[in-house]
Amino acid sequence: MTVSDPRHAQYADPADSAGAAALERTWRDPPGIVGWFSAINHKTISKRFMVTTMVFFLLGGVLALLIRLQLAQPNADIIGPDMYNQVFTMHGSTMMFLFAVPVMQAVATYLVPLMIGARSLAFPRLNAYAYWIFTMGGIMLYAAFLLNAGPDAGWFAYVPLSGPQYSPGKRVDFWAQMITFTELSGLMEAIVLITTILKLRAPGMSLNRMPLYVWAMLVTSFMVLFAMPAVMLASTALITDRLVGTHFYNPAEGGDALLWQHLFWFFGHPEVYLIFIPPLGFISAIVATFARRPVVGYPAMILALVTTAFLAFGLWVHHMFATNLPELGKTFFTAASLVIAVPSAVQIFCWIATLGSGRINFKTPLLFVLAFFFILVMGGLTGLMLASVSLDTQLHDSFFVVAHLHYVLLGGAVFPLFGAFYYWFPKFTGRLLDERLGRWNFWLFFIGFNVAFFPMHVLGLWGMPRRVYTYPAEMGWGDLNLVASLGAATIAVSVLLFLFNVARTLRHGAMAGPDPWGAGTLEWSVASPPPAGNFEVIPVVHGRYPLWQPQAEPTHVTGMSNEWREVLVTTVADAEPDHRMWLPMPSIWPFLSALATTVLFVGSIFTPWAIVWGSVPVGIAATWWFWPKRSVVQERVRTEVPP
Amino acid sequence: MRTIVVLACVAALAGCEREQRPKHAPPPASGLTGPSYPTRAVAQAENRYEENAWAVSQGKTWYRAYNCNGCHAQGGGDIGPALMDAKWRYGADPASIYATIAYGRPNGMPAFAGRVPEDQIWQLVAYVRSLSGQLPSSIAPSRNDSISAGKPEARRSKEKVRPEPPSNPGELR
Amino acid sequence: MTDPASNMQDALRAAGAQAAHIGDLWNGTLALCTFVFVAIVVATIVAVWCAPRADAATRPDTSSLSGPEHRIWRRIGWATAAAIAGLLVLLAGDVFTSRALARLPLRDAVDIELVGHQWWWEARYRDADVSREFTTANELTIPVGRPVIVTLRASDVIHSLWVPSLSGKKDLIPGRTATLRLRADRAGTYRGQCAEFCGLEHALMALLVHAVPPADFEAWAANQRQPAREPVDAAARRGREVFLATSCTMCHTITGTTAQARLGPDLTHLASRQTIAAGMFPNNRGHLAGWIGDPQALKPGVNMPANTLPPDDLQALLAYLETLR
Repeated sequence: MTVSDPRHAQYADPADSAGAAALERTWRDPPGIVGWFSAINHKTISKRFMVTTMVFFLLGGVLALLIRLQLAQPNADIIGPDMYNQVFTMHGSTMMFLFAVPVMQAVATYLVPLMIGARSLAFPRLNAYAYWIFTMGGIMLYAAFLLNAGPDAGWFAYVPLSGPQYSPGKRVDFWAQMITFTELSGLMEAIVLITTILKLRAPGMSLNRMPLYVWAMLVTSFMVLFAMPAVMLASTALITDRLVGTHFYNPAEGGDALLWQHLFWFFGHPEVYLIFIPPLGFISAIVATFARRPVVGYPAMILALVTTAFLAFGLWVHHMFATNLPELGKTFFTAASLVIAVPSAVQIFCWIATLGSGRINFKTPLLFVLAFFFILVMGGLTGLMLASVSLDTQLHDSFFVVAHLHYVLLGGAVFPLFGAFYYWFPKFTGRLLDERLGRWNFWLFFIGFNVAFFPMHVLGLWGMPRRVYTYPAEMGWGDLNLVASLGAATIAVSVLLFLFNVARTLRHGAMAGPDPWGAGTLEWSVASPPPAGNFEVIPVVHGRYPLWQPQAEPTHVTGMSNEWREVLVTTVADAEPDHRMWLPMPSIWPFLSALATTVLFVGSIFTPWAIVWGSVPVGIAATWWFWPKRSVVQERVRTEVPP
Repeated sequence: MRTIVVLACVAALAGCEREQRPKHAPPPASGLTGPSYPTRAVAQAENRYEENAWAVSQGKTWYRAYNCNGCHAQGGGDIGPALMDAKWRYGADPASIYATIAYGRPNGMPAFAGRVPEDQIWQLVAYVRSLSGQLPSSIAPSRNDSISAGKPEARRSKEKVRPEPPSNPGELR
Repeated sequence: MTDPASNMQDALRAAGAQAAHIGDLWNGTLALCTFVFVAIVVATIVAVWCAPRADAATRPDTSSLSGPEHRIWRRIGWATAAAIAGLLVLLAGDVFTSRALARLPLRDAVDIELVGHQWWWEARYRDADVSREFTTANELTIPVGRPVIVTLRASDVIHSLWVPSLSGKKDLIPGRTATLRLRADRAGTYRGQCAEFCGLEHALMALLVHAVPPADFEAWAANQRQPAREPVDAAARRGREVFLATSCTMCHTITGTTAQARLGPDLTHLASRQTIAAGMFPNNRGHLAGWIGDPQALKPGVNMPANTLPPDDLQALLAYLETLR
């Protein structure tokens, strides 16, 4: 297979510095304030996205500290019931909708093009729009919270409590509309990632040579496509119930309170796998690098990911075991909830085998990943306990579930995410995070986490329900609650340490070369941080770990233009070159469209007519966004090479 | 950056009146006379609950609980006059409606002052005004979780007042 | 019964048949899961401990890319088979426990209809003979050893009945009727709480269940069927007048008087209950006075308004309420 076309005017020389400068000019962000809002380079958007989601993580963490402050002692009076209900709703909504899934997509939008040898994501303007929409939705929610209009019906907003009669005012409407913002953003990012992964891989990177992290993001993105619409439907029905008086959730008029639960959890259960599967990709990448060998069982790992994704859609009723659904039906979901442990177990065994048969480089990223084997495994096992209908009738809606969910979410997602940050920070910024601070960060986090959340298992068994703003002293729950609050404070200290590490490193951290960890995947073949166009020459891939395996001919693609944002589109399964495509230039219109969409969404909280008059600016902005530039089209046609 | 923080603090302090949850009821204006309830001296002109969605929704609860719909139905009127139209025999302002509920009116409206606390009467006043579309739609209640008799209060508009038809329908004009 | 309060609401201290079955399943599951957890953690530690050390410059071992690693595959295969076996054991445990829970003998059951309100429990003891039915609130008395069928309805939002010492929980969902079957096997007082977030005062919506010998239960029920006692002394009689003349009658029922409203708990036998405000405060003069005077101070957001009664009237009212045994 030859990929350098003799009909092209020039061949790109890998060491051509003029070519590198042209590449930089073509792909970099425009300058100035307007340029800042017009930027669409995937790494720029991704860094903003990561920072924004981490800001929401910190805000959600502060809310958690408020919760623990109030619950540290019985009959405490630090926060009253109304504020407490808003605080725990905001904590859950922030962490689930504004942090956990978006941060995974944010990291993916940085890493995926680099790992597959592409110069960009597909649909870069859509990617920018998704970021702006997400940010504006988050700002809207927090603005509402600051105005005492924060939602207070829980992050899951069960009807009829969240319905028009029992949640008067606009609090729940802000929550429901936040869902629209974030799910729109999530769907768009999923579309971007799927297209990128399937069509922009470097030649030779067939599907069975793709890094496991990229597989994880592909699987996650497909799950997003199927899961998000359910919650958008549910929240839209809730909005219309509240705004115009429909009866979707009104049992007296033919609706059903359980309809909400079904729709929400049909999304809600896959949602936690959306949060869990990308970190499985992180772990594969980190384990391979720090065990100095490829991960054991590549096909089994992929099958495990795909199986988990399918099974995840068949579990949702396990959130509804306390309702009066038929018992036989519930048992089916018990079986499904148990079965989904098998693919995850296979992955864990493969990683342990990789570690055991490799040679260990004990660095901070690996430490965070090792915490997964302790924390997530415990969370998964308590999940198996909750999968049983009978046990769940005792444990549901108690602090046992709070413990379980934090064990799986922090152990399964946040710890690997921190590991990923330590691992890829040198690639993002060109500097290595300090190892010693990293270890302190890790141990404080690990110990603080277990001190905070392990006692909650016991509290749940001792009868303490969830979502309570206080509890009587004579119940005997005070001591363990105090311990949990101290653990939460320790977690806060560890996160502060992380921020300090980041700040210090950005100022005067050790410089990292392109590949400080000796890793095997393509992102480590470019400079740290990567040039604006990622790859001066598109590599040709011959194995799963291109940097570890000997290079074979051909080694790279020549003939790509450095004057225009040109990417090489390849076929889906075998990544054979298909055609070259020009991606659009930076533009302010994604930002303005997001602004117009925000006006439409926020307006429709107050009046249904906003959908009509709000569509006009959105239509105008979208039209300007897509209007092609004549000069660009002419140049493209001129440079086209017919097959 | 600093501007954002300042704005956030201002916003937090300002709060949003519409979204306030239970307000502690003020002590009855007249002090201790009969059991908890005001004497005729009261009648504030303003209803402090007209901007509070939670209070209006509480008013809706009392409307059902105290059987106002026994005579007024869901606002369409039955034995008692309709409350959702623009015809107010004794005044449409909050103070008049308060007096109507608390002290009763001729032709059958009982006096509730001895039975319903002052604070709840004010909440009822706010709700009654919402029945005729007088409150903004973001504060008036939306549909209830029971069988609906008509449009939710938030979707009602104020009725336009039409000229009175002749009282003797057969009369030639 | 002088069990400390901390023992009254404890899933690990089963006092009833259903909680006992679930407790057995818990013990078995805990043992199995602990074993699996320890095995995986030990395997991870051993793997990391025993592997040689390396650094970023160490040559990676890519031999696995050229051919399958049979030994490792076999081990993973066995581990996966063991995992599947363990899951089947858990499934079997769940199925057997569900069967046991469903097979609670229901002969001679007490029939209670529980309606959940924001934020209190309305309980109607049903009977084949309708004249023997009665209503109470927030505290149930049940006979030891006899099954109880609790029919669950909600009047406003979703609530959940959870008395961990006796049984698992069941949701009360508006528009739906659910059933919970339980049986107390040991006399005592057990505490339950609403276990589905239901609004402002979800945290303060508790329920007491008194399990008493069957003879005591019959005596209690017979008493509950009676209308309110006629007040004997002057203070109590004055108290009844105060009750009937003020806002109390707008929301509460006292059978045998003209107070027949159903918005708030039935007070006919208020003095037979140990707690007020849905299991939250002791039922004594001091707390009752505070509750009547300003419930919003104790449980902000409840539907009960503040009642500023003249002190004499308040004392008379309290005297009357104390006669409602």
